[in-house]
Amino acid sequence: MSQSPEPIERHTLSVLVDNEPGVLARVIGLFSGRGYNIDSLTVSEVSHEGRLSRITIVTTGTPMVIEQIKNQLDRLVPVHKVRDLTVEGTALERELAMVKVRGLGEARGEALRLAEAFRARVIDATRESFVFEITGKSDKIDQFAWLMEPLGLVEVARTGVVAISRGPEAM
Amino acid sequence: MSIQMTGAEMVMRAFADQGVEHFFGYPGGAVLPIYDALFQQNAIEHILVRHEQAAVHAAEGYARSSGKVGVVLVTSGPGATNAVTGLTDALMDSIPLVCITGQVATHLIGNDAFQECDTVGITRPCTKHNYLVRDVNDLARVLHEAFYVAQNGRPGPVVVDIPKDVQFATGTYIGRENIQHKTYRPKLKAEDAQISAAVEMIAGAKKPIFYTGGGVINSGPEASRLLRELARLTGVPVTSTLMGLGAFPAANRQWLGMLGMHGTYEANMAMHDCDVMVCIGARFDDRITGRLDAFAPGSKKIHIDIDPSSINKNVKVDLPIIGDCTRVLADMVEAWNARSLKIDQPALAAWWAQIERWRSRNCLAYRPSDEIIKPQFAIERLYAATKDKDVYISTEVGQHQMWAAQFFRFEEPNRWMTSGGLGTMGYGLPAAIGAQKAHPNALCIDIAGEASILMNMQEMSTAVQFDLPVKVFILNNRYMGMVRQWQELLHGGRYSHSYSEALPDFVKLADAYGGVGIRCEKPGDLDAAIQEMINVKRPVIFDCIVDQQENCFPMIPSGRAHNEMILGDMAIDLDEAITDEGKMLV
Repeated sequence: MSQSPEPIERHTLSVLVDNEPGVLARVIGLFSGRGYNIDSLTVSEVSHEGRLSRITIVTTGTPMVIEQIKNQLDRLVPVHKVRDLTVEGTALERELAMVKVRGLGEARGEALRLAEAFRARVIDATRESFVFEITGKSDKIDQFAWLMEPLGLVEVARTGVVAISRGPEAM
Repeated sequence: MSIQMTGAEMVMRAFADQGVEHFFGYPGGAVLPIYDALFQQNAIEHILVRHEQAAVHAAEGYARSSGKVGVVLVTSGPGATNAVTGLTDALMDSIPLVCITGQVATHLIGNDAFQECDTVGITRPCTKHNYLVRDVNDLARVLHEAFYVAQNGRPGPVVVDIPKDVQFATGTYIGRENIQHKTYRPKLKAEDAQISAAVEMIAGAKKPIFYTGGGVINSGPEASRLLRELARLTGVPVTSTLMGLGAFPAANRQWLGMLGMHGTYEANMAMHDCDVMVCIGARFDDRITGRLDAFAPGSKKIHIDIDPSSINKNVKVDLPIIGDCTRVLADMVEAWNARSLKIDQPALAAWWAQIERWRSRNCLAYRPSDEIIKPQFAIERLYAATKDKDVYISTEVGQHQMWAAQFFRFEEPNRWMTSGGLGTMGYGLPAAIGAQKAHPNALCIDIAGEASILMNMQEMSTAVQFDLPVKVFILNNRYMGMVRQWQELLHGGRYSHSYSEALPDFVKLADAYGGVGIRCEKPGDLDAAIQEMINVKRPVIFDCIVDQQENCFPMIPSGRAHNEMILGDMAIDLDEAITDEGKMLV
């Protein structure tokens, strides 16, 4: 590979696949086998009768590597479609997180106030803890978790990014 | 058509419906029902190998020499894991295969049962696609899909893993005509605009070159014919990768020989200096490009490939054309003729004059000897003795493979079977057996080294059992020659474990297997000995004792550019020719 410093880009890919055993292993194996990065990966069935799943992958690499990733994904036999949402315009990206915070007194009140500001919902509460549910772009969730840290952050569970293009068209 | 039968019967039925005449395999517990179904029919012949790896290589040789899909049947566990090298080899070289593996019964999967392994897990990265069939009613569809996937688009190996209870179960068989793959439909025809752009680019060139590869062979004999047609129309020089030898006739003046690490001086210099490069069914592999940032620096590149993931993988190209070589070449020939295009003739003549100057260096020249057989001389004599025959050549991997590629001259496609991508020692003998099965009356020769041949030597037994008169032509230099060469050039002549100690007596070994052994040690005896080998209608091991010290040149040292190649008579300068960075590359 030549040494010319190509910029590293972050791309969000949507991949429509047959929901069959091993399909996720194929995708993940492709990334690990060829040394590509996965920043985030989500998968779930999106059409039961069509037996289709949608995988959203956030990856980073040079433009040449990103093009390779798309082509390599596209040639997997159970893959129907690969779309690069980053290239196709400003896609909508969301992530859901559950954030557990433990604390009493002033910290507890502050956590609640911040949660309100971030439009996070309380989905579990005890006398000394909350679990917040928050949805948004990844950096919003990063920010929320960072703010919770001094207030007694215990743990965070995140879904990873799901994304969809704007406008009336399907992928 | 839908009829009831057992899973095992479906396998045989699907083979018949797919036109399979021969396949290669080895029985075991988890495939006994299929072997039982095989026993009860006569239409399809099974060739029993002695090791599952060889079954896959034999199927590769069969496929490569015939254009058909190669078929393999092996058992679960070790049967499947032994097949992995062959499957990886077929994936790297884009050979269409269907490999049926037995699996333990579905209720035992995941229990570490006897001869169980996660076959689909293990073979996922070394197949084009694979399937585990849990329901007998899916089996017929999966089998037909497997044949479809193996041979359409960029060809490759497909594994179908069938648990033993599925082989016993009865279900509905559907014929191949009822199968339409829902996602896999490779694009065969390129856009007209791309074809136009390509022919215009060629017509505007002053120093064009065609760089062709195994894709031309895979696309079928018509692609080779069209390549010759396009070369004739344009007058462009043609070179090829190791995998593409035979697509363009070696006797043609426009042929520059193979390119790459051990390619000819004229081919590599022409690649380096060209202004328009047309890559047809090749993939800019590291053995071809040498140092990437010095690869054909002044050229515009057109890349024709059926696999979009091959485009811009190693080398950025100016005009990618996705499509099947046959279709694309046909469209290019038509577009060229329709526009009555012509390359600037004085420029092309000047380019050819330059190429002839390079050619006149006679880069393959070697120091002849009356005392000792030079390996290059052995291949030349083998070629001279067989060129007018219906001959198929396979090789193992190493120096002998490169000398075969340099000195044996191929006029037609599908005549040359070698492990290019994976570089699998032990490929050649089983591949020759496969080719011989596909072409019973042809002369099938495995050009081998004494180290490689020992990796699948047991297949002599297969050749004898099935009366397949393959010839194993061993260039015996008592070294793993290519390893020794690299140790000489890169590791200070410290020949760590590259000497072939304790070699068997190959003549006696041939005899022990029930074949014929011939040894030749003097250049003067060579022609008669080769003739004897050809005349024997039985498997032969030909032990050709050659010069131990001979190195394979020309050579582009790792990490160097095409115009920095080393010729044989310059070998003393090698220490300076290879950078430390180059030593890191294999």
